[in-house]
Amino acid sequence: MKDLLTIDQLGASGIDEIMQAADAMAEVCARPVPKVPALKGRTVASMFFEDSTRTRTSFETAARRLSADVLNFSASSSSVNKGESLRDTVETIEAMGVDAIVVRHRSSGAPQQIARWAKASVINGGDGWHAHPTQSLLDVYTIREEGRRFDGLNIAIVGDISHSRVARSNVAAYRALGANVTVVAPPTLLPPHVETLGASVSHDLDAVLADTDVLYLLRMQRERMDQALVPSLGEYHRAFGLTLDRARTLPASSLIMHPGPMNRGVEISPEVIDDPRVRVLNQVTNGVIVRMAVLYLVLSSAAGGSAP
Amino acid sequence: MITIIRNAQIGPDGDKADVRIENGTISAIGDLGEVAGAHELDGSDAVVVPGFVDLRAHLREPGREEAETIATGSRGAALGGFTAVVAMPNTDPAIDSPGAVRDLRALAEGASCEVVAAAALTVGRAGALLTPMGELAAVGVRIFSDADRTVSDTGLMRRIMEYATGLTAVAGGEPIVLSHHCDDVHLSAGAHMHEGEWSTHLGIRGVPREAETIMLARDIALARKTGCRLHVPHVSAAESVAMIAEAKADGLAITADVTVHHLVFTDADCASFDPVFKVTPPFRTEVDRAALEAGVLDGTIDAIVTDHAPHEPHTKEFPFDEAPPGVIGFETALGALLTDTDVSLGRIVEAMSIVPAQIAGIGERHGRPIAVGQPANLAVVDLDHEWSVDGSAMASRSHNTPWHGRVLRGAVRHTIFEGDVVVDGGEAQR
Amino acid sequence: MSTRPETGAGSDANGADEQTDALAPVFGRRAARTFVARTEVLTNDDISRAVRRMAHEILERNHGLHHVVIVGLERGGVPIAHAIAAALNHIDPQPDDVPLGTLDASFHRDDLGGQPGSIIPAVTTMPFDVTDRHVILCDDVLFTGRTVRAALDAVTDFGRPRSIQLAVLVDRGHRELPIRPDYVGKNLPTSRSESVQATLAGVAIGEYRTTETDAP
Repeated sequence: MKDLLTIDQLGASGIDEIMQAADAMAEVCARPVPKVPALKGRTVASMFFEDSTRTRTSFETAARRLSADVLNFSASSSSVNKGESLRDTVETIEAMGVDAIVVRHRSSGAPQQIARWAKASVINGGDGWHAHPTQSLLDVYTIREEGRRFDGLNIAIVGDISHSRVARSNVAAYRALGANVTVVAPPTLLPPHVETLGASVSHDLDAVLADTDVLYLLRMQRERMDQALVPSLGEYHRAFGLTLDRARTLPASSLIMHPGPMNRGVEISPEVIDDPRVRVLNQVTNGVIVRMAVLYLVLSSAAGGSAP
Repeated sequence: MITIIRNAQIGPDGDKADVRIENGTISAIGDLGEVAGAHELDGSDAVVVPGFVDLRAHLREPGREEAETIATGSRGAALGGFTAVVAMPNTDPAIDSPGAVRDLRALAEGASCEVVAAAALTVGRAGALLTPMGELAAVGVRIFSDADRTVSDTGLMRRIMEYATGLTAVAGGEPIVLSHHCDDVHLSAGAHMHEGEWSTHLGIRGVPREAETIMLARDIALARKTGCRLHVPHVSAAESVAMIAEAKADGLAITADVTVHHLVFTDADCASFDPVFKVTPPFRTEVDRAALEAGVLDGTIDAIVTDHAPHEPHTKEFPFDEAPPGVIGFETALGALLTDTDVSLGRIVEAMSIVPAQIAGIGERHGRPIAVGQPANLAVVDLDHEWSVDGSAMASRSHNTPWHGRVLRGAVRHTIFEGDVVVDGGEAQR
Repeated sequence: MSTRPETGAGSDANGADEQTDALAPVFGRRAARTFVARTEVLTNDDISRAVRRMAHEILERNHGLHHVVIVGLERGGVPIAHAIAAALNHIDPQPDDVPLGTLDASFHRDDLGGQPGSIIPAVTTMPFDVTDRHVILCDDVLFTGRTVRAALDAVTDFGRPRSIQLAVLVDRGHRELPIRPDYVGKNLPTSRSESVQATLAGVAIGEYRTTETDAP
């Protein structure tokens, strides 16, 4: 497979292959020398058309642990404003000689377009509201690492589903693996026909907490207030935030996850942040591991080609 | 100069005959024999139809000549069998004054088809001040439109409609036609495709059908109140078709058109994120597409248009949400209708020639019967010719066709404009 | 001693030695390969004897098991390592069994993605410090030497062994690097175009057949 663009293209078997490779990468990261020469001589370009220090750092760390060279390209301003098309920009980077391009873009679908033009492998580092497959894979790895089986697992994703690539990709990944997913949000933060994503829908967080194995909180963007999608951050927190009371209702064996960075006092109360069920730092650690696996598999399969 | 179309079927249901054209007029139809010095056109296995009339096209000149000029646009139109196109006024500067209309007509001298100037409803299409509609009507403008912009101010729209009803005498006895893009901008702001399952899956902000139907309901109510002659362009939603049918049943003087591409594509085509499938209004669902096609077949929708909207090639290499909407459509219109829809050639002649010619006020020159004494604005079409669409091979300066790479059955062989052969054997002559 | 048939890549095969790949439809290969044996070279009993002999040689050369660790190379070398370790524990019983690890040298190879078989890496398990130990690398077939070269680099990332020694069930020749085995079950002259399959169940010369499967 040349590119990793969405979870849907992987299916359960593709996710499983990445998880197996990630196990091998976790072992590499635990070595006295946490670095292997697997991608020596390969160049991975990170093309971030939208700022994201976390995701960029995670990908670049992953690439360096596999001994790839990293080429860093920032273009936070719109390509239209620069008078250069997306294709122009990509062809410029590719002309420098790259084997893989990690793309983060504010526009949904930009990595798909780039994959059509580029000979290099394209890895989606998050596009618009559409997809963020490596985030979902690291989340799957984090849940799997706890020894949880996805079949029948109850996962609640809470927050701004409408504008969230993480929500879309995570619903796809969890559903592919057999989990029951409920998205919890006020109607204004749910996209039309949300049920066709494969998740159940609830507007009442308290009603789902007691049966939740994994509580996945999404980041609430402050700009949504300006669009009158919710009246205020305070009202959002009271209705959909993880308060101390709600944390008590949540089963002791459950996991609390968040793609980061967390808005204290919005998605989660400050007194819950240190709850032992919170896995936010595991998610960050696993981000490097899973992205190593993705870079390795994509570049290996691109280099090796299909069978004779 | 005498031109003879040999051995062609005369009209969608007619018999085979030769057609003799001289001095811009059909001078004879029948078994005509040899004529010394005549220009012969092969009509075998082809049908002579009145040249097509496009009620809605963007020729980009003046202002965006890198995307299209009147010369290249009209050449493409001729290749598509069109002998007249209505040029939308969203040029730079906008066509909002008699001087701008005269300039446009001067630019259109020598074009490959008749270029009919539509004028803006509001000055600079800014939605604030009326254009000098009376003066514009006096220089022959019959269609007014702010192109892809909506007059959101309901009070202003009412005044425009009322004012237009007073211009019938200036316009030579036929009412001025107001072609108004129906879009509630508060519902469509920031949207790039139809709001539905696909927009949810693709993570693209969608525009709901109600953005169209709410504004259409307003326009119908105002048209009923003012008695103006309303035309609804590029209908996209099933509900809109029903509303137009109801308004017609009530006896309202309302007409509507649909684009060729809305009869073919749906929001599912956006799944590739290829911005060549980004249009305004957006492709909606199969339910809507089927309702539009049914509307054409039962006559609720009066006309089929191309909404030809060229964009320079690199603009379709932007991300979906940054790319401008619109597709080119002259050269693919006939083939796409015959290949991808159930619309017959007979209905195509009505909806893409006879009726739009009347709406545009050019019915005495275009969309005429194939008969002796009629003006020779004709197309000779080969219903069985299969061809592969190549966007870069189009006459247009732009390549943004959603049919690129597809095979269409049905093509224009010859086009005769004012008696001149402007397309001969599929080759443009101007 | 285990006699179950092993599936998995002959890790030093450089394009030839393995049984049918597990179908890996997304990132792995799209084709299943089946080994068709032409000549049986060693039987299960022959292999048991060879393994015991190699175990004795390891004990003799390293003066017991005091500083010895066994490392099987993924994937074909792992069952060989298990068999050698079992033989060592049987011959020279100690309070603790000889330490046993497994190593996937894919990350140190010089041909990313060029190997036949699955590209999904196996988890390396090295539950000991290799520093000042005698590391016995175990593999099924020694061919070009490229896997062993990669394994040498990988092992030294874990520490500084006193020595690294190489035990293989079959040495089929055709080395491309200056690498020689310390313990050999069977020297097997082959032509370069032949394939060799070596498991605890038997060793055979034959060829691989590729079966195309549905691409994803």
